[in-house]
Amino acid sequence: MRIEELFAEAQELSTSKLRDDIVQHLYDRSHKLCGEGITYTKSKRDTRTEKLDEIFTSPIFGFPIMIIMLGVLFYLTIAGANVPSSMIAEFFGFLEGYITAFFAFIHAPDWLHGILVLGLYRGTTWVISVMLPPMAIFFPSFALLENYGYLPRVAFNMDRLFKRVGAHGKQSLTMAMGFGCNAAAVISTRIIESPRERMLAILTNNFVPCNGRWGTLIVLASLFMAANFTGGLKSLVTTGVIVGIVLFGIIVTFFVSWALSKTLLKGIPTHYTLELPPYRKPKIFDTVIRSSITKSWSVLVRAVKVAAPAAILTWVFANLYIGDTSILMYAVEFLDPFGKLLGLDGYIMLAFILGLPANEIVLPILLMGYLSTGSLTEVDNLVDLKQIFLNHGWTWLTALNMMLFSLLHYPCGTTLLNIYKETKSMKWTFLAFLIPTVIAILVPLIITQTVRYFGLL
Amino acid sequence: MGNEYRIALAGNPNTGKSTLFNALTGLRQHTGNWAGKTVSLAQGSVQFKDKVFQLIDLPGTYSLFSNSTDEEVARNYIVFEKPDVTIVVLDATSLERNFNLALQVLEMTTNVIICINLIDVAEEQGININERLLTNRLGVPVIKISARNKKGFPMLLDTIDRIVTGAIECHPVQMFYPDEIEAKIMKIEPKVREIVGDHLSSRWVTLRLLDGDEALLNEISKRLVPEEV
Repeated sequence: MRIEELFAEAQELSTSKLRDDIVQHLYDRSHKLCGEGITYTKSKRDTRTEKLDEIFTSPIFGFPIMIIMLGVLFYLTIAGANVPSSMIAEFFGFLEGYITAFFAFIHAPDWLHGILVLGLYRGTTWVISVMLPPMAIFFPSFALLENYGYLPRVAFNMDRLFKRVGAHGKQSLTMAMGFGCNAAAVISTRIIESPRERMLAILTNNFVPCNGRWGTLIVLASLFMAANFTGGLKSLVTTGVIVGIVLFGIIVTFFVSWALSKTLLKGIPTHYTLELPPYRKPKIFDTVIRSSITKSWSVLVRAVKVAAPAAILTWVFANLYIGDTSILMYAVEFLDPFGKLLGLDGYIMLAFILGLPANEIVLPILLMGYLSTGSLTEVDNLVDLKQIFLNHGWTWLTALNMMLFSLLHYPCGTTLLNIYKETKSMKWTFLAFLIPTVIAILVPLIITQTVRYFGLL
Repeated sequence: MGNEYRIALAGNPNTGKSTLFNALTGLRQHTGNWAGKTVSLAQGSVQFKDKVFQLIDLPGTYSLFSNSTDEEVARNYIVFEKPDVTIVVLDATSLERNFNLALQVLEMTTNVIICINLIDVAEEQGININERLLTNRLGVPVIKISARNKKGFPMLLDTIDRIVTGAIECHPVQMFYPDEIEAKIMKIEPKVREIVGDHLSSRWVTLRLLDGDEALLNEISKRLVPEEV
């Protein structure tokens, strides 16, 4: 007899309340076991958790507290990362002098110095100095919040909103993972039982900026949005802009979830129980060390792995000439009209295309492109950096558009790969590419055309 | 590799399962405080006496009825990959809910250790747990630990050791359901045994078939058919 036939036979015997009976029986048994095996000597309940929950999940304070927490987290990251970032950049610049001297000493050909130092070395060290300090602050702080038990409360607060757009409350947890890495977050959607709601979470996860896009967002926000401020105020304004961008991403998430659950992924949200675990003081040292080492380090290694080949490739493209124009410039000129329509330019479009493997490398590639030599000049401070952008006709509008494009555009290669692995469907993977891309084109297009129409610039 | 054993860690979310895993293996792996944090199976090894225990951190789940991918992953590992020992980690402060999962695991496999974690917190709250009585009732070792403070580890490792060497035999308590269900089990189980043989607990498979668990059905035909042919 085959197992399928047996299954059919079993199904005939079965009743619809059989599962309930089984579960009920398990509960009764657990109850009995506990009655026998456990005694209570104190009647004191854990009231601290309940008191805290009254504040953190309150209808009035819940949301403001969440936004403030997010803001504080970003402020710590941005303000704290400034100094170490420039120190690391200076250190790498200092090393480069010696490396260049060494190349001259062994009479290495110019092209070798070009590829290895101007391409590879500058590209990867740039990624390290921009990415490492924010990550080293953001990940441990986030892990502390998480281990303390705050994140399930976020899910609790957001649940109503998600339900209203037809999605699953646990989506806020997978979104939180997205701040670290969208590729990992796509896998984490496994916690959502219903396939429909899981698909919503997968398709919209990209609208949360991952750490690969942090660097871009922070640099552009502090250069162009907070340009007229100095000191602590500058970090504050930058934080405000970043929080705004993140909130905008969340709004887009809700909108896309809503639109999908009315069209392609019709259905009503399923019920689920969300456990609010007691607040537990995390082992602070362990948490910090663990998250710095595992998360920051692995993300960094990945960034460098991808940045290194991309840096070499960009250098080669920029220095290989057909006629008197480099391959890079051909591509830039081809993309320029389209880029201009969105308030961007050909270089930016190319950087995003070459940046498909990883978002970390978009900004370095862009800079290499701008410095048409194909290599980064020593950008020791942000003022030099801003001058490069200004020389290429950047305004606050360009920066805003690039930030929005970065927030909304297609997921990186790794994420797309994971989406395919998790959904096992080319169609959904393609949609995961298409939906963000269309939105990323529409939003800057509308903003740019509106600004131009009203002559605001 | 005669002295290497696979030990699976199952448990509800937020029971400190990953904390235990990290503390035992020393592997730098991030722990979370929400449901289903462990999405891919992390592995790490512990040396004990002359043996190596390969620990596998299963996803944290509330049940093993395969409602979600996580539950399926955990269930398939316990049932089909057959770890030498399955440790079920329970939260001492909410045992009543946690025992559910433990009872489900006991139906699926034989070599089980019930590991009651967060015992320090429970004691603070005045919860006293009689592990001897529970061991008797369940037929498998019940051990109290505090993974945060690394308390109770020698006892746990020693128990694993004694199970894999056969010094302790586990006889998990049989769950008896209401007569109505038992009658149905009696009808189907002999036929199930013909198909699955000793590979799986035929009683458990019968229950799942009655429950209409198609995911398991597919899994069985995928994994067991080659041997049938």
